[in-house]
Amino acid sequence: MSYDALIIGAGHNGLVAACYLARAGMKVCVVEKNDWIGGAAVSRELFPGFTYSNCSYVSSLFRPEIMRDLELPRHGLQILPYEGGAVLTRNGGYLAMFRDHDANRREFARHSPRDAEAYDRYSRDILRFCRFIRPMLMRTPPDPSRFRPRDLSELAFLGRQIGALSEGQIAAMVRFWTMSIADFLDEYFENPVIKAYLAVSAIIGTALGPMSPGSAYVLLHHYMGDVDGNVGAWGFARGGMGAITQALSKSLAAAGGEIRAGQGVDQVLVEGGRAVGVVLANGDEIRARRVISNMDVKRTFLGHVAEKDLPGDFVKRVRAFKTRGSSGKLNIALDAAPVFPALPEGSPMLKGDLHFTDSMERMERAYDDWKDGQFSRDPFQDAMIPTMIDPTMTPPGKHFMSCFVQYAPPKIAGRDWTDADRDAFRDTCLNQIEAYAPGFKNKVLHVEVRTPRELEAEVGLTEGNIFQGELTFDQLLFNRPVPGYADYRSPIRDLWICGSSTHPGGGVMGAPGRNAAAEILRDAKLGTRGMRDAYPVL
Amino acid sequence: MPIPSSEIIVIGAGVNGLACAARLAGQGHRVTLVEAASAPGGAMALAHLTPGIDPRVAKDMDLARHGLTFHPELAATLLSQNSPHLTVRGGEASGGDLDPTEVAAFRNLHKRLSRFAAALAPFRAMTPPRLAAKGNEWGKLARLGLGLRAMGKADFREFLRMILINAHDAATDELTDDRLRGLIAFDATLGGWLGPRSPNSLILYLNRLAMGGALVPKGGMAAVAGAMAQAAQAKGVTLRLNARVARLLVEADQASGVELDSGEKLHADLVVSAIGPKATFRDLVGPRHLDTGFYTAAGHIRARGATARLALSLTAPPDFRGADPAGRLIIAPSSEAVERAWNPVKYAGVPDRPVMEITLPHAHDGGPPRLTALVQFAPHDPADKAAAKARMLENTLTVLEDHAPGLSATIGETEFLMPWEIEARYGLAGGNWHNGDLAVEQMLFLRPMAGAARYDTPLPRLWLAGSGSHPGGWVTGAAGWNAAGGILEALR
Amino acid sequence: MTDLTHWRRPLRQTPFHPRTAALNRLNLWGPWGGYTTALAFDDVAMEHTAIRNAASVYDLCPMVKYRIRGVQAAEYLNRLTLRNAGNLPVGSVHYTAWTDDAGKLLDDGTLFRHGPEDFLICCQERHLPWLLDSAAGFDVAITEVTEDIAALSLQGPCSASVLRAAGFAIDGLKPFRMANFRFAGGTLTISRTGFTGDLGYELWTSPDLALPLWDHLFEVGAPWGIRAIGTEALDLARIEAGFIIANMDFVPASQAVREDRARSPFEMGLDWMIDWQKGHFTGRRALLAEREAGSKWALVGLDIEGNTPATGALIYTGKGREAGFVTAACWSPATKRNLALAQVGRRYLTGPLQVEVYALRELQYARLMLAAEVVPRPFFAPDRRRATPPGDF
Repeated sequence: MSYDALIIGAGHNGLVAACYLARAGMKVCVVEKNDWIGGAAVSRELFPGFTYSNCSYVSSLFRPEIMRDLELPRHGLQILPYEGGAVLTRNGGYLAMFRDHDANRREFARHSPRDAEAYDRYSRDILRFCRFIRPMLMRTPPDPSRFRPRDLSELAFLGRQIGALSEGQIAAMVRFWTMSIADFLDEYFENPVIKAYLAVSAIIGTALGPMSPGSAYVLLHHYMGDVDGNVGAWGFARGGMGAITQALSKSLAAAGGEIRAGQGVDQVLVEGGRAVGVVLANGDEIRARRVISNMDVKRTFLGHVAEKDLPGDFVKRVRAFKTRGSSGKLNIALDAAPVFPALPEGSPMLKGDLHFTDSMERMERAYDDWKDGQFSRDPFQDAMIPTMIDPTMTPPGKHFMSCFVQYAPPKIAGRDWTDADRDAFRDTCLNQIEAYAPGFKNKVLHVEVRTPRELEAEVGLTEGNIFQGELTFDQLLFNRPVPGYADYRSPIRDLWICGSSTHPGGGVMGAPGRNAAAEILRDAKLGTRGMRDAYPVL
Repeated sequence: MPIPSSEIIVIGAGVNGLACAARLAGQGHRVTLVEAASAPGGAMALAHLTPGIDPRVAKDMDLARHGLTFHPELAATLLSQNSPHLTVRGGEASGGDLDPTEVAAFRNLHKRLSRFAAALAPFRAMTPPRLAAKGNEWGKLARLGLGLRAMGKADFREFLRMILINAHDAATDELTDDRLRGLIAFDATLGGWLGPRSPNSLILYLNRLAMGGALVPKGGMAAVAGAMAQAAQAKGVTLRLNARVARLLVEADQASGVELDSGEKLHADLVVSAIGPKATFRDLVGPRHLDTGFYTAAGHIRARGATARLALSLTAPPDFRGADPAGRLIIAPSSEAVERAWNPVKYAGVPDRPVMEITLPHAHDGGPPRLTALVQFAPHDPADKAAAKARMLENTLTVLEDHAPGLSATIGETEFLMPWEIEARYGLAGGNWHNGDLAVEQMLFLRPMAGAARYDTPLPRLWLAGSGSHPGGWVTGAAGWNAAGGILEALR
Repeated sequence: MTDLTHWRRPLRQTPFHPRTAALNRLNLWGPWGGYTTALAFDDVAMEHTAIRNAASVYDLCPMVKYRIRGVQAAEYLNRLTLRNAGNLPVGSVHYTAWTDDAGKLLDDGTLFRHGPEDFLICCQERHLPWLLDSAAGFDVAITEVTEDIAALSLQGPCSASVLRAAGFAIDGLKPFRMANFRFAGGTLTISRTGFTGDLGYELWTSPDLALPLWDHLFEVGAPWGIRAIGTEALDLARIEAGFIIANMDFVPASQAVREDRARSPFEMGLDWMIDWQKGHFTGRRALLAEREAGSKWALVGLDIEGNTPATGALIYTGKGREAGFVTAACWSPATKRNLALAQVGRRYLTGPLQVEVYALRELQYARLMLAAEVVPRPFFAPDRRRATPPGDF
């Protein structure tokens, strides 16, 4: 039994790549170590009657071109936009977010009339940066150190993008990419709560604090998606984030692809300098014309490829690839909706993201704990109750709550996490919520706690890094994952990488998988007809 | 063809003002250099070391003829409390317990970073490029890019990867010794407002490598100021001391001179400000002659000093456990220690264990025992300044005593300057050495800000020449020299 | 301020809402500046007729208003805006505009001088951060007073008669002058300003006097056929008058996501405002450079063949090259012409122009290429708008 393409890992990028390859006529097999599929875009029943999105929990970045190419809506995918959100402040107040522009302005004006009006200009500027970066998401980065025609044409594309901007815009953009989000926000806003709310996207999943230079780019990384053309908006996948990978698996099945769950890969088979298949953990061999790894670059090359088959410089760079995890997660089954006395009854504020960190300084101090090898004593939490909008995930009246937590280090003071550490981490987070929602803990039916340890063990993300590698410039664009290998190839012929370790990086975006498939199809001379280019930015 | 001679006022007789004035006078212009203090030199007095005067400046001003000489380049001694000290001279690290593979690793890293630094050096010497679509600046940029590419494929890839990396990761990826990592972390962040784990910090280290090593001028920094002032006057610069500029004079929407504190008005064809850009735009020019967007952006120039300066006179030469007193003594036990010293400053606090660079002037020029130290990190705007200063001094002296037991008992006079005091004394915005954070978002065409990065300003006939402009500070005179070049080109 | 109900009702109601709601037979509302306002009350054609024939009342409350006070208020406004605010006498109003550093328009609006050190700016968009940034170094206080002022526009040939009947002696009030009157125990400011190009006034008072004012006007104005009008009728009148509106005829530079959308005063025909002699103002250097180098765009009035309004149409040269676009268009009842305001590339102004109109007729679009002629603005400017004392119609 031999395949044209064997994909290791049924995460969203692996499945996206598999779908495109199968639709181009390849015989495709996806092997997945877990008994379920989805990687970090997964929904599972971890408590009777409750569906958990226990890794990624919201969607915006997933490229609409991919949804359309792969007919995901036909295979059941629905994205539901948020309706509101709020930061709860220590003084018993709140700052809410609304979809309606005027309601939002008036809410901001409660905190600062100046900031309320500054927000429009801020949004305009962020949108300008998004417009610049979006055309780059669905392209293979050039290798500036080489002069192949594709590298030169991609460099020229980059040059044209920049050349289309005015001098002032180029300056503004370079500045933005290199600044800290704290400094950037200080130039627009005066109110600490507003700044704390807006800084959130700059630290999510990132081993940086809001005062770290380069954090402004991370904010952009979270703003460059959209929900139905509404740039920067976020939403839920109906049925949980697993709905994305479920739809992908159906799309794959419709295209004749195959998925084998519960079959972990032990080693990539390399013969004569080419990847020819894999050996499974159970000893079985599967042969394939090419192997594509959805695992992160460290796990792929340090864990499943013999070091002798790789150049020393490459191994050194892979070892130095930064995958420090910074996040943890609490997934909570609730007997009833939590009540936050500060929030007006009947408001849409629970139908979106809830934060309890009302200043950037608190976020930065939380980051200082991480640098010291501790989880944050006063963590930042991005709490969501998707069941406020999505009726499918719990019994009526019950709720599922997802709490994304920063910061949690991959190791505690240099040693592995213990169960006691994990429980202390859980209590720290639950107590923070309880402080704003008295009685919250009594409604908790079940909690799944995921520190970087659990994320690595179950999903396979090295050090629990949710982006399969940090999003700093030394690991972006042509530097991602390793300079010279940003084209989804590896030093071994026919071994490819397609996960978030590659350009354009993490988040449930699908672009790495799509771009890898494009390179593979070009390499196989099959053409990329079934693949849309990025929608033009008008 | 002779260039018509212009009347030019240069404000501020710091290293850049002197370099700029001298170059302009050397081209036949009538230059008056006005300085608020009673002696030239400006913030040079803060420094205790220089990477060396920019060779273009030193040559043109013939500083050697005016008596400026240096002691041999200093090696760095990485002080330890309980293990042998390490000595680092260029890329060569040595010391009792250092593993040979670590010595080789440090040498390799130093070599590679020095190659990167050499590739960046041409950028330091140029006027930042224009990015406008018209004109040939893109061609110039492309040529510079190809120049970088000439370092070879492997190096070029590493260069692109490392150009914006943080110093901690760069050091930790290659080195295992905490002290050597600490040196890179310290040198990258000295004079900055960032920690070694802050992205974009390695480029500051490269910038220092591009300038040169650590030199002590014979006779101290005052000798540099004296020689440069003499050389400038020899070229025809009129130096006016004790002349503080109160405001810029503007006529017909052009800079036309300055008004001094005394009320005296000096008129000129051009005014060159070698003081801080923030003070220039916000105070000397003011909002009435600048557009709102520009004036607001000038207020956004980030200038945050995080370095305190300690000067002690001692009753006995200090003994840092046998360290060479003529060295550059570094207390930065690890990259993490530098980061920990940085953490509290983000919240205007004071670190428990500051890190520092120490020199012992008596070991170079003789005289009574003295110690100077640049101590990091210090808050520039704490709520309770007196308490912050007292605590910072106490913690600094504790760290010194730990490394030189018995030093405390020998302290005679103490002068300790926190960033806000440095601002008050030398006019450096926020007490920042570079009159504006030297950070990637304020470098090259963003220094000090878009719209004023090529030494010219939106106000016709007003120019910038200070460390707030490209390529930033340190006692080199590069910014002043570059600015003079821009002015001469415009006058041609 | 602890108004926590905005999430229940995102759009506010103006102080006149009880009356406009009662009159709005069509129940046609639209959002404007965070308020809900009437698009039309019962019949747009009859509402427009009221503007040109009788007296019309339009609720102006959503206009954004900033109060600027302080000893350097005039100096500040000179730095901010294009015209010379120092030359504006107390009790007068002028139409002005302001730009960013690049000389691109941020907004236009009316500036009221209530006292030597007391001004009010009335405009379409919100600018508080810009106004505050511009105030650095000036001794001025700036406050947003949009919600503190209730404003009505009373326009039409009979508007003066209505005001006289209402007991306000406005006969001596010249265009762009204003006067204060006692009303219902408070103060009513009447300015001879408007957005219709006709005889008309704008009335400013405190929100608590809004309903008494409305009731009084409608009571005494009945003999002259006073009528509430909505935004659609006003829009017809303002096109006839050739007036422009931010975000309809130009994109404010502060909101332009696409850099090429911003426009300068030269390009919007507002360069007559620029006082080059008053000293520096924001954008001056960029505008001087533009004056030297020339502008790319021009705002023009078009008279278009036929009677199909050219709303949203693209404009072409005679040879079919795209030359610009229509920003506002209507069949003008007052001039019996097919009018448009348009942005046209300056270099195309010399040759013939045509507009591409898609006319919807019973579900199907008919594509028309109509010849268009550049004509002077305003399209409609009756003598009665300037006559002082105003005529008795």
